[in-house]
Amino acid sequence: MADISVNPRQARLEGQLCSLAFSFLASEPHVSYAAVEKGELVVRTTRAHLLPFLALLRDDPRYRFEQLMDLCGVDFPARAERFEVVYNLLSVTYNRRIRVVVSTDEYSAVPSVHHLWPCATWWERECYDLFGVLFSGQPDLRRILTDNGFEGHPLRKDFPLTGYEEVRYDVERRQVVKEPVTLTQDFRDFDFVSPWEGMLTLPGDEKAHEVRQGMKRSG
Amino acid sequence: MTEQKNTESLAFAQTVLRDDIPQSLLPEEQALEVEKKVVEIDSHALNFGPQHPSAHGVLRLVLEMEGELVARAVPHIGLLHRGTEKLIEYKTYQKALPYFDRLDYVSPMCEEQAFALATEKLLGIDIPERAKWLRVMFAEITRILNHILNLTAMGLDCGAVTPALWGYEEREKLLEFYEAASGARFHANYFRPGGVARDIPASLEDRIGVWTREFPAWIDALEGLLTENRIWKQRTVGIGVFTTEQALAWGFSGPCLRASGVPWDLRRNQPYDNYHKVDFNVPVTRQGDSYDRYLVRVAEMRESVKIIEQCLSQMQAGDIKVQDPKFSPPPRADMKRSMEALIHHFKLFSEGYHVPAGSTYTAVESPKGEFGVYLVADGSNRPYRCKIRPTGFAHLQAIDELSRRGMLADMVAIIGSLDLVFGEVDR
Repeated sequence: MADISVNPRQARLEGQLCSLAFSFLASEPHVSYAAVEKGELVVRTTRAHLLPFLALLRDDPRYRFEQLMDLCGVDFPARAERFEVVYNLLSVTYNRRIRVVVSTDEYSAVPSVHHLWPCATWWERECYDLFGVLFSGQPDLRRILTDNGFEGHPLRKDFPLTGYEEVRYDVERRQVVKEPVTLTQDFRDFDFVSPWEGMLTLPGDEKAHEVRQGMKRSG
Repeated sequence: MTEQKNTESLAFAQTVLRDDIPQSLLPEEQALEVEKKVVEIDSHALNFGPQHPSAHGVLRLVLEMEGELVARAVPHIGLLHRGTEKLIEYKTYQKALPYFDRLDYVSPMCEEQAFALATEKLLGIDIPERAKWLRVMFAEITRILNHILNLTAMGLDCGAVTPALWGYEEREKLLEFYEAASGARFHANYFRPGGVARDIPASLEDRIGVWTREFPAWIDALEGLLTENRIWKQRTVGIGVFTTEQALAWGFSGPCLRASGVPWDLRRNQPYDNYHKVDFNVPVTRQGDSYDRYLVRVAEMRESVKIIEQCLSQMQAGDIKVQDPKFSPPPRADMKRSMEALIHHFKLFSEGYHVPAGSTYTAVESPKGEFGVYLVADGSNRPYRCKIRPTGFAHLQAIDELSRRGMLADMVAIIGSLDLVFGEVDR
């Protein structure tokens, strides 16, 4: 693996981003995390402080993040607040990007940012449609990509890839009908965790490993 | 003299033909006497698409009309939603790549580039020089492919049939380059994480060189048909005007943003691959109407030709993918002789490679604008989450704002100038 070549321009940009990250941590008490990851500025904040913080990022002459390029959700079912909502902002003035992340669950709404950026409406609708994240203050929170009458939120990790219903046109009844999905072959999901890397104890060796690692409980 | 004539004719009308003359032709004094009627302007909803040829795919637009004026335009999307992001979560990184061809099927290689760059960033690999030049060159060929289709289709929507006929011939030449490099005309699967799929055939560089010398004449011919064409200007100038502030607030990017006066091009401002080594101009216009978006695209095609020429002159022979068997498959011949190569090949195409945990938002300047991939890796061989930031999604959303109080016929010019492809908008 070759190292990514570092050019001076890139290094200067990263230095600026690092100082931004430091200033957020120092001056904004609600920012719980700010760092440069792989050359990208990532900031974590809370739902309650999201709106004023994004307004600051947009309007403050030091930041000027004029554009909301992307808003999306990520699902981590194991966490207490399972969803992350990610805002990717772009500053055309300073040629910078920032990623603002807040977390939420199925029931707590994230404040809508459509007053700051009108284009947020569709991104929020998409996030609601695919993840079921609620946005408070969004007047148009409808599904956008999935079919009329679709149930569930397909990008959640607990939603199966094949879905629950399939749609077809029934020639005899002359209408579109919905039926439960039937798979002619079982859905195949391979486990790619290599036994040399992921699984430390091979089947049959459990007892020996318990003794060796001192995990064997007394009695 | 004239007064006398008027009164004479009035008297004539009153006496003889009063009932036969339509009200609109009667002199004013008489028309005033007639009882006024209240005319109600017809307000109704009109379905534009999803089968309309100038909706560029499966756009369903519900237009609330007041007479012939558009009061409100409500786009309905999702008719082409195929769940690409969900499917990618179940595929290895290599198998996820071809989905990107199928997003914006008019500019496939640029979409691949976004995913390849994002994966390389997470893997921390740097690709060989020749692969970078090949990527830049084919990205620019893709840009011209896209702009030819967009401009000529927009012309077709506004009644200019000839550009479309001429454009398809040029596109065919470019698609032959695609075919020579990747083996496919549309769904190329050519840019891979770690380089490109294979080297281009020996004669292709010369063929592309010949084409770059011929193509500017075609752009002149296209401009001869449209740029100063009176009808074309009547249809597009001042239609769908977006100011700089509006364009920024609505998340515009690419030619649509540059037409509104923002000198912003990711190839220049945040260069990737070898864009920092080529010399080109970023065309910017100020009016922000459909005509300006057309002008920006035409100027961009000329710049793309310049970039392709520079790629050809600077490209050196060399590797076209990283020489690490963990990321790029071994040559076919090696697999017949080397056991190790065979194992690498098998592992690569069954398990793929494991990408270290992390996340990145990587964007490229696709012909339509900023095409971004937000990739979250969890250390396994499959992306944990792959959010695709389509360009047309943001542009289409603004259509209500763009078309406010416009005529129905202007909708067509606006949709054409936004360069929408629904494979990408709906994902």
